[in-house]
Amino acid sequence: MWKTILRRILIMIPEVIILSILVFLLAKAMPGDPFTGSINPKADPAQIKHLMKINGLYDPWYQQYWNWVVHLFHGNLGNSYQYQEPVTRLIGGRATNTLWLALLTMILTYALALPMGVFAGRHEGKLPDTVIRVYTYVTYCIPFFVILVIGIWIFGYVLGWFPTTGSITSGTTGWLRTIGSRFYHILLPAVLGALFGTVNIVQYLRSEVIDAKRSDYVRTARAKGVPSKDIYRHHIFRNSLLPIAAFAGYSITGLLNGSIFTETVFSYPGMGLLFVNSISYRDYTVITALVLIYGILNLLGTLLSDIILSVVDPRIRIE
Amino acid sequence: MAANFNEHSDISAADLTRLSQEAKAEATPSSARIIWDEFKADKPAMVALVIVVGFILFVMIASLFIDTSKVMQTNIMNYFSAPGADGLLLGADSAGRSIAQQLIVGSRNSIGIALGLTVISSTFGICWGLISGYFNGYIDWGMQRVYDFMMMLPMTMMIIVLVTIIKNYNAVTLTLIFSIFYWEGTSRLIRSRTLAESEKDYVAASKTSGTSNFKIIFREIMPNISSLIIVDTTLSFAENIGVETGLSYLGFGLPIQTPSLGTMISNANDPNNITQYWWTWLPAALEIIILCLSISYIGQVIRRAADASQRQGAED
Repeated sequence: MWKTILRRILIMIPEVIILSILVFLLAKAMPGDPFTGSINPKADPAQIKHLMKINGLYDPWYQQYWNWVVHLFHGNLGNSYQYQEPVTRLIGGRATNTLWLALLTMILTYALALPMGVFAGRHEGKLPDTVIRVYTYVTYCIPFFVILVIGIWIFGYVLGWFPTTGSITSGTTGWLRTIGSRFYHILLPAVLGALFGTVNIVQYLRSEVIDAKRSDYVRTARAKGVPSKDIYRHHIFRNSLLPIAAFAGYSITGLLNGSIFTETVFSYPGMGLLFVNSISYRDYTVITALVLIYGILNLLGTLLSDIILSVVDPRIRIE
Repeated sequence: MAANFNEHSDISAADLTRLSQEAKAEATPSSARIIWDEFKADKPAMVALVIVVGFILFVMIASLFIDTSKVMQTNIMNYFSAPGADGLLLGADSAGRSIAQQLIVGSRNSIGIALGLTVISSTFGICWGLISGYFNGYIDWGMQRVYDFMMMLPMTMMIIVLVTIIKNYNAVTLTLIFSIFYWEGTSRLIRSRTLAESEKDYVAASKTSGTSNFKIIFREIMPNISSLIIVDTTLSFAENIGVETGLSYLGFGLPIQTPSLGTMISNANDPNNITQYWWTWLPAALEIIILCLSISYIGQVIRRAADASQRQGAED
């Protein structure tokens, strides 16, 4: 068990190193520099050169990379050229926004998917199963950003039920109101994300339930006279719970990828929107930091899922 | 040969035709035939097929009659013309450009990129999966690590970074950039099937008789998993339409001056457009939804045809 985890972590280390080099080089290769045009358009080219020099932008790339890594380990990701603020503080503020949105999306996804999966498996081949199958099929096929745009159009603009930009109504005071306003702002994107992200969990749970229905322990429980409802709730559902929990780790990748679209459509100040904006400003320090953070989060998500799965299914441990 | 046969057998010609007819009737139908029967048995599938094939043909032919360079020309007289007004079927956008024409050229571009992406990424993914699954041991281990690494990369971000680095990119470079990141799903699926297939006796027999690995992989294993390949390719085509349009929507796909379904939907980013001038973006959004649903449905039907226990057409 511990050996599996340790080995997984050891494999991670070279991956993170390669990722960091790759990300760093890509950011260096991006055209333009952070100073031209951002200061006064009449600024002296010599002055810009001087700024580039003191920021170390003329050093060879390995030198720059090394400085960057050393600073990284001191918790210093550099300064954002655009926002004139330490990247750690900048991203820290945005990360909490992204985190809350992702968390709510995940909770809603599970809240929707678990009952649907069990229900579809229980009524296999009947009308509810067909309805749920059509629903998962439709939600799986449509590109997510189209749904977001149509969602914000209908519920945000036409019906006016939800706010269409930002993370909080300006001028909100009092902690209860603040929380309420924040929740209100992430509700629509989270609901849309949840409605259109259930397919994996529903399909997995459905087939688990169908398999379990025919297994011996369920037959024994039935023979003992356990009510059908309890069989589904306590026997079958509990057995499939851990593998379902493992999906949480894998879904981090999807949520992060989706955050770029969600936050752009809803102008929600999270990491995804920060990334899109930083790209247009050529804000290297922010771009490298964000790609690295997203990559590491992806990695941790997969690690989490693998650990959960290896706890559940000992066969996975022996590779 | 027939003459030779008549000389040496005592079966009459009538019997022979009867027997060969019976054999023909009992033989397993060809896979193309099975898929066709499946479509005939499923009315919605037929509708989906007609929509997809008809629409792609229409877009390809109609775009030949549209002067591509004029589509994106500003025409201030038609500023936000409503659908039907000024002789514009679907209206015009903020620069007075016809939505209908943009839709046709944009669909051609988006579908073309999705097709190219599907061909390149599926071919690569299939080869990767076959090789990784067939050769166990170090080759598989190494290829799996590369796969893990690719899975870790935040795809959308990497594509955006690459698109900004490459200065004068066009549809071809864009397709290649997307292809770097979209082969993993296919490769994973093909690898797991190849692993199972490699255990089978016919592979062992081929190995013993000295068939080259290359031949075993591409002439023996690949045909045996061809139904899986067809299904996966169809489904990834539907997905890939979303890839290009999504990136173009963010502004990192096709250049602004090249119409694409994604850039058309990005008209909705303007709060005025999204409600007041809905015709600038809604047709493109609906078109993507209909296309993706239809193509995936076709994929589902082919999957059903590949699995004898789920077929609805031609009871056998």
